[in-house]
Amino acid sequence: MAAYEKLVRQYDRQVFRIAQHIVQNREDAEDVVQDAFLKAYEKLDQFQGNSKFYTWLVRIAVNESLMRLRKRRTGRMVSIDEDVTTEEGSMPRDLADWSPDPEALYGQSEMGDILRKTIQGLPPGFRVVFVLRDVEGLSTEETAETLGLSIPAVKSRLLRARLQLRERLSRYFKRGEPKQAQGGAK
Amino acid sequence: MTCTEFLAQLDDMLDQDAAIPLRADLEEHLRSCEHCEITLNTTRKTIEIYRSHEIYALPDDLRERLQQAILAKCRKC
Repeated sequence: MAAYEKLVRQYDRQVFRIAQHIVQNREDAEDVVQDAFLKAYEKLDQFQGNSKFYTWLVRIAVNESLMRLRKRRTGRMVSIDEDVTTEEGSMPRDLADWSPDPEALYGQSEMGDILRKTIQGLPPGFRVVFVLRDVEGLSTEETAETLGLSIPAVKSRLLRARLQLRERLSRYFKRGEPKQAQGGAK
Repeated sequence: MTCTEFLAQLDDMLDQDAAIPLRADLEEHLRSCEHCEITLNTTRKTIEIYRSHEIYALPDDLRERLQQAILAKCRKC
């Protein structure tokens, strides 16, 4: 148990962050963290050493998060394939350059609102790939294994997620801004 | 190289993965295309900003409560 406690302390922040990115609701994210660590503990004997414990844990947490989303949407299927057929983000449109130091344009709290609101607007299938790959630093191979996707599918979703986020952030960061961050992000 | 071809390799540029011969073509395109240069730089900045801002921090009190709850459930298994 002491060894598992160490693993909980090592990875709880990451699991919480990933869950919150997917479910977009703090209470559900708390439940996901508990359920994911409990499920991992119960299935420790099934853990195969050919993938890292963290990657295996993240896979459990992603599945738990998607189940929570599905429950909240009263049974409608939610999967990482949802809404990924959109053409948005395949070609940049807003080509205005950004301010040299966009982070200086806004206060810490307002910047947090902008970043949350912007990433929440991505389809779940793009959002989860961006979070695992670019925020949590998993490799392309680990992201593919975690999500059960092919490597080309991960690369394609990552590119479009990055371009969509870039385009949406341009509203706030292009030269001549700042602009008021509208609405309260959760 | 066209902008569409450049864009198809954008991830390799961002991840520093492009093989050297291809990288030379990409860099040559960048020197003559301001739009692609802006796209590359602002996409790189997008990733940096999301990496450096903890937008879903786990507060210490909640963290402690979650850890206790997880370990209590595991002990009952």
